[in-house]
Amino acid sequence: MKLTKLAAIATAALTMATPVLAELVIPSLSYRTGPYAAGGIPLADGYADYFHLLNERDGGIGGVMVNVIECETGYNTEKGVECYEATKGEGALVYQPLSTGMTYQLIPKVTADGIPLHTMGYGRTSAANGEVFSNVFNYPTNYWDAASVAVNYLLDENEGDLNGKSIALVYHNSAYGKEPIRTLEALAEIHGYDLTLLPVDHPGQEQKSQWLQIRRERPDYVVMWGFGVMNAVAIQEAANIRFPMENFIGAWWSGAEHDVLPAGADSDGYKALTMNGLGMDYPIFDDIQTYIVDRGLASGAGDQIGTVLYNRTIYAGFLTHMAILKAQEIHGVADITPSMMRDGMEALVITDEMMAEHGMAGFGPAFEVTCENHGGPGMGAVSQWDATAQTWNLISEFSESDKDVINPLIEEDSLAYAAENDIELRCN
Amino acid sequence: MFDQFLYGTEAAINGLMTGVMYSLVALGFVLIFKSSGIFNYAQGVMALFGALTLVGIQSGQVPFAHLINAIFGTKIHHFGWTLPAILAIVLTIGVMILFAWLVERYLLKHLVNQEPIILFMATIGLAYFMEGVGDLMWGSDIKKIDLPIPQGINGTIDSLTYDWFGYGFYIDNLDIAAAIIAVVLVVALTIFSQYSTTGRALRAVADDHQAALSVGISLRSIWVIVWGIAGFIALVAGVMWGAKSGVQFSLSLITLKALPVLMLGGFTSIPGAIIGGMIIGVGEKVFEFIVSSSWFGDAMGFTMNATENWFAYVLALLFLVFRPQGLFGDKIIERV
Repeated sequence: MKLTKLAAIATAALTMATPVLAELVIPSLSYRTGPYAAGGIPLADGYADYFHLLNERDGGIGGVMVNVIECETGYNTEKGVECYEATKGEGALVYQPLSTGMTYQLIPKVTADGIPLHTMGYGRTSAANGEVFSNVFNYPTNYWDAASVAVNYLLDENEGDLNGKSIALVYHNSAYGKEPIRTLEALAEIHGYDLTLLPVDHPGQEQKSQWLQIRRERPDYVVMWGFGVMNAVAIQEAANIRFPMENFIGAWWSGAEHDVLPAGADSDGYKALTMNGLGMDYPIFDDIQTYIVDRGLASGAGDQIGTVLYNRTIYAGFLTHMAILKAQEIHGVADITPSMMRDGMEALVITDEMMAEHGMAGFGPAFEVTCENHGGPGMGAVSQWDATAQTWNLISEFSESDKDVINPLIEEDSLAYAAENDIELRCN
Repeated sequence: MFDQFLYGTEAAINGLMTGVMYSLVALGFVLIFKSSGIFNYAQGVMALFGALTLVGIQSGQVPFAHLINAIFGTKIHHFGWTLPAILAIVLTIGVMILFAWLVERYLLKHLVNQEPIILFMATIGLAYFMEGVGDLMWGSDIKKIDLPIPQGINGTIDSLTYDWFGYGFYIDNLDIAAAIIAVVLVVALTIFSQYSTTGRALRAVADDHQAALSVGISLRSIWVIVWGIAGFIALVAGVMWGAKSGVQFSLSLITLKALPVLMLGGFTSIPGAIIGGMIIGVGEKVFEFIVSSSWFGDAMGFTMNATENWFAYVLALLFLVFRPQGLFGDKIIERV
């Protein structure tokens, strides 16, 4: 009897002593190890540092602390799904898998579980159609936008006329690498350029055949859709055959420091698309220095701050931050659920003023998300590598993609998915 | 049509050169298999580890810096020096020999006279262990090889062939350097294996562990020597491949390119690794050139790209059908 009483008192005391603290759980599916670690490290560091900054500087979001749960995937789709299953029960508000393969696996799962999925500039492009994909968001831009932005840039370079020009697409021979083909083919019909497709098998360590063909056929431009070691090898091979770097444009997953550094000075002038601001000339980096670096809280080795991919997940963190604030505003509670988070993402409005207020003026475009459009404005910019200064520099403004071409493609693909999966259209 | 012939010839020559790069990886496999009967799954990771160690030592990187910093709250990353290339190479060879000794001391010693499949499984474990240690020791970021390795189009061949044929052939200086290194390695290893006492002891060990022990051969010393040499070859392969792409963790996947070379050239022949590499290299490059060409498309109604990965294995399988031991492998004779 005494023991029972003691146990009851102890339980009551423990319950009172440790009240359940509210927290906003953000899983980070990272890949700090494995063949894609060079890209995975800055991506994971930036995402973690952004939320740690909010905790340190602002006391969380709306007074609720953010808990970033990192789960290592090694860029392996199966491990990514395991990480999802292992963390979703923690109250995960949103997933950003940073992998197209994982995205495809997670789309049906998040939809069933009611958790939003944010795939910024990757994943399933047609998920931009919110009428079909209730829980998937790929704002502010996607692969097809990227292809169109690249072609628009080349149009600008050629006084609006690509007729008779030739473009070779060197792409990772995977679902990811094949994403821009449809758009580039559609745009080729409109603008009259000749498109050559040159797939490179994983991992892309050996590309001699592709670059011999480029050397023989001498296309005017080479566009690359690569990832990991494929990028570095392609840039080195382009330099080896003396292909003019200023005519070589990579997608935004082919334009980070680790892609160009192995080729050294030869990579000078190589161009790549970007969806986010570059460098550290933004006030937010002063805060990162003060609240994160100076306090010894930097994620990883703390040596990735300001790199292209670090900035990308700083931007991803900012967009998540804004969506949480919107969800808190809509539902009037600070400790939001995944379902509320989804509502916040669907009602997200990003203005230039908001970006400036958070020390990121001009870091990305202003845009709105709606029930129908989960993809945002589809804007991108072009950057260029300066091998001497070892910096990426923006050489164009953020500009919109050709929506007249892309929207019908998105509609066609998403409606086919809806028909296959018996999905009723929303937003009516 | 003559243009196509020239292009095809250029593809074939590049295939030869690329094949030699594959052979550099395959050589390490052959050496260990030939002298210990072990198919060393960890050879690709050894190439990665060797290259990581070389860059780390040369650039003065503190090994296990992340771990040390995390435990002791320090912020050390570099010793602040940059070593001359030759000194860094010598020190890295020392590390690879130390690695060989550790493998023998803590792994192989316990597996003497075990079935080949058990030894193979042990090397799988070793591969993943080394990948993890390499990550902890030197970090996962991409690293640039800072050695005076020539790279880029060979201007002499380009201008000579242009003068002769009106079309300049592209040959990468890196591939030429790799070919020279591979030839030197093959000659040295063949002489060592065939004519030195240690070389003959290696072959005796490969034939039968117990028989070799019974005639007084020190199995443990032999294994340290073999793994040490294989570690050196892995270092060479890692450096040459790392010069193309930077030293990063997908370097370990070059193993996939060595397997068809081994299947074709045989697991026990050092020259076979080179010849096999050349056949695979030429085969895959010429096949890719043919099936991706417009004239093939006009004739067949379709073209193909990215065939190299699978075609190398198809080619190796074709050879296997007719010579299961590979082109140069020892004929397998089982007496009852």
